Amino acid sequence: MSKRIDVDNLNVYYGDFLAVEDVKMGIDARSVTAFIGPSGCGKSTFLRTLNRMHEVIPGARAEGQVLLDGEDLYGPGVDPVVVRSMIGMVFQRPNPFPTMSIRDNVLAGVKLNSKRISRGDADALVESSLQGANLWNEVKDRLDKPGSGLSGGQQQRLCIARAIAVKPDVILMDEPASALDPISTLAIEDLINELKQDYTVVIVTHNMQQASRISDRTAFFNIQGTGKPGKLIEYGPTSEIFSNPKQQQTEDYVSGRFG
Amino acid sequence: MSTTVTTKEPASGIRRAAAGGQAGDSVFSALSLGAGVLILAVLAAVAVFLSLQALPTFRAPAEEISGGAGFFSYIWPLVIGTVVAALIALVIATPLGILVALYISHYAPARIAKPVGYIIDLLAAIPSVVYGAWGTTVLASSLVPFYTWAAEHLGFIPIFSGPASQTGKTMFTAGIVLAIMVLPIITAMSREIFIQTPKLHEEAALALGATRWEMIRMTVLPFARPGIISSVMLALGRALGETMAVALVLSSGPLMASLIQSGNQTIAAEIALNFPEAYGLRLSELIAAGLILFLITLVVNMIARAIIARYKEFSGAN
Ligand SMILES: Nc1ncnc2c1ncn2[C@@H]1O[C@H](COP(=O)(O)OP(=O)(O)O)[C@@H](O)[C@H]1O
Ligand SMILES: [Mg+2]
Repeated sequence: MSKRIDVDNLNVYYGDFLAVEDVKMGIDARSVTAFIGPSGCGKSTFLRTLNRMHEVIPGARAEGQVLLDGEDLYGPGVDPVVVRSMIGMVFQRPNPFPTMSIRDNVLAGVKLNSKRISRGDADALVESSLQGANLWNEVKDRLDKPGSGLSGGQQQRLCIARAIAVKPDVILMDEPASALDPISTLAIEDLINELKQDYTVVIVTHNMQQASRISDRTAFFNIQGTGKPGKLIEYGPTSEIFSNPKQQQTEDYVSGRFG
Repeated sequence: MSTTVTTKEPASGIRRAAAGGQAGDSVFSALSLGAGVLILAVLAAVAVFLSLQALPTFRAPAEEISGGAGFFSYIWPLVIGTVVAALIALVIATPLGILVALYISHYAPARIAKPVGYIIDLLAAIPSVVYGAWGTTVLASSLVPFYTWAAEHLGFIPIFSGPASQTGKTMFTAGIVLAIMVLPIITAMSREIFIQTPKLHEEAALALGATRWEMIRMTVLPFARPGIISSVMLALGRALGETMAVALVLSSGPLMASLIQSGNQTIAAEIALNFPEAYGLRLSELIAAGLILFLITLVVNMIARAIIARYKEFSGAN
């Protein structure tokens, strides 16, 4: 169920602009990997190339290799639609489908490709997914109400339930708690800790305490100036990145001495 | 107007700004209230005018009305003709308009989408008499082979029963002309709403592994549903009231089921064709017919609002 990711030689462009240069990184299965770095250094851009979501943006393209348990996501004949059903994504702003009920939101990905699912299986999947996202107890009495009626933190957990309902191998999260209050943030962090029992989790965060609380390994990205490409500076166990970084840039950033 | 109000106050920082803002506010709210009242007053005046002028028709003995069997017998074939013509137009224009709008908003590359959208908008600028002239001289005759074929092979369906018109000036042709006329309304409004679908929700669908069409079904169409309904209702209003195109294209006659023979008539065309020579009771009759058309349009709009209100809870607005 949970798979590892190996990235090699990856360059990402927006048109002619090289946004991320030459990334090489291995991400373990059943672990939480955090991407940190200053704004604009290409964390979101790189994250999106891991499930080919960058292809949604006109002009964006990636060169290089991304292997999911050894299979190249960019190989010939690989359908990005299939890639995205194996590698789910949670966004910065909670985005449940406003025209769907809570229940239909959870089932949205499952019903794609005209898959049929029996009423009983659907009920069970809705319950287990919402349980998995620590949301079941709060919504079990109003599954037929619109998802947009929930609080921001609940909406974000609904989005996580929707992502895990399709049983992906990997879950990508782009600053999933940055639009939430501290209590909802804590709920999301607890949830991420539980998710790594079953999934490979990759999370972008601008919050270094958050990275050190929840991740096993941390990747620090940096950019030399505007118009320059973002680069992976250092990647290692989270405790090392924060207490004993090898690169001066990393140390400057994690100690808050960043220009 | 609001500038004269603000300059009266002495220049002194925050107070002046606040006072100016309040004066501007009250002027604006008075203006908008006035505009609202004016619209209602005009609407009421139209309704009263139609009712008063139509009154003699409702009072007159049945045998004095055209057809000699009372106003109801006179008007209901026209009502059905009107509705049928508009329905033919919508059945053709709604799916086509939505598909074209989707193509422009979500499929075509920008360099194709722009000109296509522009051409569709141009269609709306063509006067209806031009559509009528084109429909009667070009379209009608070119549809004759199709009507002949339909009468032969589909004649068992009442709407295609023969003998087919040899001029092509039929209800079906009128419906097609109306469809082309209302197509820009549906396309332009739908496209406007399709491109407003939040990127956030489109990406949510794509990230779940939706194809582009599935993404459109999950996010774009539900988001746009009230807008699509409004555009179709607007198109329906236009099709119900369209005069010139139908008057020129249709070779009118008594009500009949077949849409590919001469016959049938719509209220708007009936009024336009007969109004110049009408006086006395005949004039009142035509105005009464206009009143009926007004009521039909009103009911259509109310149904549209009811449909839109039903989807409110689940709309993107909350
Ligand atoms: N859609 C886009 N089109 C063009 N350039 C983009 C787009 N999105 C991001 N960029 C550029 O790519 C670089 C990396 O952006 P991003 O990945 O969003 O950084 P981060 O998530 O680390 O803040 C920035 O220079 C940004 O301006
Ligand atoms: Mg970002």
